[in-house]
Amino acid sequence: MKERLSNLYAKDGVKTVLSSIISIIIGMVVGSIIIVIVGACTSSLGISSVGEGIQLVFGGLFSTGRDAAGNLTFGFNSTNLGNMLFRAFPLIMTGLSVAIAQKTGLFNIGAPGQYLMGTAATLYVALSIPTSTSTLYEGGTVPAWLVWLLAFLAGMLAGAIWGAIPGLVKAYLNINEVLACIMCNWIAANLVTWMFDGSVLRNTLESGKTGYIYKTSYNGVATAKMGLDKIFPDSQVNGGIVIAIVMAILVYILMSKTTLGYQLKACGSNRHAARYAGISDKRNIVLSMAIAGGLAGVGASLYYLSGNTEFFWSTYQSLPDAGFNGIPVALLAANNPIGVIFTAMFMSMLDICGLQLTNLTAYNEYITDVIIAVIVYLSAFSLVIKQMLSSRKKHKDEPTAATTTAADAAPPTEENIEPDAAVQQTEKGDD
Amino acid sequence: MKTVQPDNVIEMLHITKEFPGIIANDDITLQLRRGEVHALLGENGAGKSTLMSVLFGLYQPEKGIIKKNGQEVKINDPNDATALGIGMVHQHFKLIEVFTVLDNIILGAETTKMGFLQKKEARKKVEALSEKYGLKVDLDAKVEDITVGMQQRVEILKMLYRDNEILIFDEPTAVLTPQEIDELLITMRAFADEGKSILFISHKLNEIMQVADRVTVLRKGKYVGTVDTKDTDKQSLSNMMVGRPVQLEVVKDEAKPTDTVLHVENLTVPSATHKRNAVNGVSFDVRAGEIVCIAGIDGNGQSELVYGLTGLEKSSGGTVTLCGKDISHATIRQRGENMSHIPEDRHKHGLILDFTLEQNMVLQRFQEPQFQHFGFINAPAVREYSDRLIEQYDVRSGQGSITTARSMSGGNQQKAIIARELDRDKPLIMAVQPTRGLDVGAIEYIHGQLVAARDAGHAVLLVSLELDEVMSLSDRILVMYEGEIVGELDPKKTNVQELGLYMAGAKRQTGKEAKGA
Repeated sequence: MKERLSNLYAKDGVKTVLSSIISIIIGMVVGSIIIVIVGACTSSLGISSVGEGIQLVFGGLFSTGRDAAGNLTFGFNSTNLGNMLFRAFPLIMTGLSVAIAQKTGLFNIGAPGQYLMGTAATLYVALSIPTSTSTLYEGGTVPAWLVWLLAFLAGMLAGAIWGAIPGLVKAYLNINEVLACIMCNWIAANLVTWMFDGSVLRNTLESGKTGYIYKTSYNGVATAKMGLDKIFPDSQVNGGIVIAIVMAILVYILMSKTTLGYQLKACGSNRHAARYAGISDKRNIVLSMAIAGGLAGVGASLYYLSGNTEFFWSTYQSLPDAGFNGIPVALLAANNPIGVIFTAMFMSMLDICGLQLTNLTAYNEYITDVIIAVIVYLSAFSLVIKQMLSSRKKHKDEPTAATTTAADAAPPTEENIEPDAAVQQTEKGDD
Repeated sequence: MKTVQPDNVIEMLHITKEFPGIIANDDITLQLRRGEVHALLGENGAGKSTLMSVLFGLYQPEKGIIKKNGQEVKINDPNDATALGIGMVHQHFKLIEVFTVLDNIILGAETTKMGFLQKKEARKKVEALSEKYGLKVDLDAKVEDITVGMQQRVEILKMLYRDNEILIFDEPTAVLTPQEIDELLITMRAFADEGKSILFISHKLNEIMQVADRVTVLRKGKYVGTVDTKDTDKQSLSNMMVGRPVQLEVVKDEAKPTDTVLHVENLTVPSATHKRNAVNGVSFDVRAGEIVCIAGIDGNGQSELVYGLTGLEKSSGGTVTLCGKDISHATIRQRGENMSHIPEDRHKHGLILDFTLEQNMVLQRFQEPQFQHFGFINAPAVREYSDRLIEQYDVRSGQGSITTARSMSGGNQQKAIIARELDRDKPLIMAVQPTRGLDVGAIEYIHGQLVAARDAGHAVLLVSLELDEVMSLSDRILVMYEGEIVGELDPKKTNVQELGLYMAGAKRQTGKEAKGA
């Protein structure tokens, strides 16, 4: 049994999962410490709030408010769970976007821009074609589902194009994709603001909504609930989560079962060897970035097509969080598409916990953001934790996972003595 | 050796080191005397590196003790080893590329005064050492700008600067040119004459015979024996190492060349680093059923010639005709239809180290109908194919097809590439330093495979830096010097000396002669 356990431990995948879990726990613990410090230093909070704060950070998802005596109550909360799923799907998509690029050796920090372009394209298509159930237009004839589909595809396409640009620049001009992605992000931010400035799609029906675009439901377009509203009443969840999970599975299949995935991974792992084998590295870089962009675009489509979300266009000064949060989601999932589903849900759970913390205690939303950010930040340390796990094992009794596979008494070579990251660095360095 | 009783500086007694599933060192005893060059000989995977890692404190042995000057010592990490005067030049240098040579040498052993570096004293000491041993280095150059040979001298100076007594050289000649090897061997001899003790890890018999006093042979983790070099010869050493009689010479019949497969005319390839062309107007033919060898000292355009032929680098002039088709501007994939390529650098080009063996086996072929259906990889077919190659070419690995390439030994990685390339069964086989860094057994095998491919009617273009290989394997020799072919020689009618003159640029045939067949 012990043997089997240690064998299991030696497996790389197990180590990855373990390190992700450990870093999440460290993040939550440090978050709790901040709650304690803030609680102790703020007169309005006090020690009793500290206890409640910690309870909410860990169990906010199951918080059901306060009872008559003013104590926190916990239990099944369909609103929280449903909203967690709802907030997870853009994160799943941007997480997939970052993960697929990473597998090809590219760092897609452009997900926010791709997400924004996807947003704009989706909203334009969803709101501009009059549907038969529209409240904005009269006499529309196009069925709503068709408009939904077109809007979905438009979001995907816009994201793909926006992703392909840094890909092209990288492949043909050898300009670092990170740089190009950041530039594209800001171009997108300002471009989108300009596109909606003076647009007829601005919400004029509701007073006090001057900075917003119509919800797509005004045009009768909304993602089907697929019965999820029955399971999670009073929440925003809809079929988008199903689509996001299906996309994750499709990406998994793409990367591990198809020749395209094989090529992308070959280029990512060793560009020189891929070239040697006649695989076009340029084509694959562009393709990978386009797919990554398309996925981020889908995230935006799913989010805004849900019908109850509205896009705030006015003086758009910041990039969408959903885009950037794809990076820790992918990192925590070690770029595994299936893992992304779970890490995205973890991130959206933190969101919900933060909301509960703000609503139910005197912790204000800013300190809540700080706590959530610290947890996310520390979660991203999973790679470091993984290295520590490997080296601790090595120091304890020498052999590592890598050496167990050494062929006929081959001594561990230089590469497998050193931590993976160092090897990756040297490989990147010789471009 | 100087006293009646041999005076052992380092004794490693009954060292046993296990890794899960394998015993890397099984009861190995190594005694290093003061002032000797002691070679440690063994095939890849025999446990040489593990043993040295134990001595250098990187691993702790399960059993056995280490003694220095008769006293038992415990070496827990490389710092302990350094404190005991043990220094090591690793196969892959441990230098910081963006630091100067001097900074690299003093790194970790800096002289400081009140926290400030005292580089002047350090410089004096290093200069004195470099003078004394003829280790020429440019102290102010950055490591990234100097040659591999000079980098190695920096590593050696690092050991000397720390006043190390026991110097370990891990496969030091693998990266050097023939001249640099000679210089290194002379330096090693000088160290030994001065009373330092040298451990020389190698599987190159020539070098061991040339420089070592004694040889300890390991095989598959076990101790085979220790012999004096003056009492032995290359053949018996290689038999000890491999455990069976080894054919050191290549056996082959007369070549029966037929049609021209590869026709190269005035090929010019620009250099990535210099202004002048790396390959300058080279013309030659390779016919089916012959092995043509491009000989030359490293860096005379051989790599670029291969890049130009395979399409990894764009040529700037000339034509390449393969099987009657002009491929001068074809893509790598198009060229690959009639050419297989055993690349020079198996880690950079040959394998994707993070992929499994089976994924590597279909690196060029994954899009062939037999390995995919509508873009989905046919995993069972890939597995079956890979299993067959592993079986047929005797590629050894921990878990067969699903072994990660990175975890395989160098010799088996190379065998996997050979298997993949030969099995593609293309008219032209381009083999670039196919035996570099491999042991005798693997070399024998690879040479046999190339000769068999030739006899089966393939055209073989071999690029090699090893003179022995050039002389024994090729049917025709083309010598490259400064990007040009300066001579065509018949291995049966020439000798190493003449070849060396051409390689050094001291002799060249006139244009017409050199054009050759």
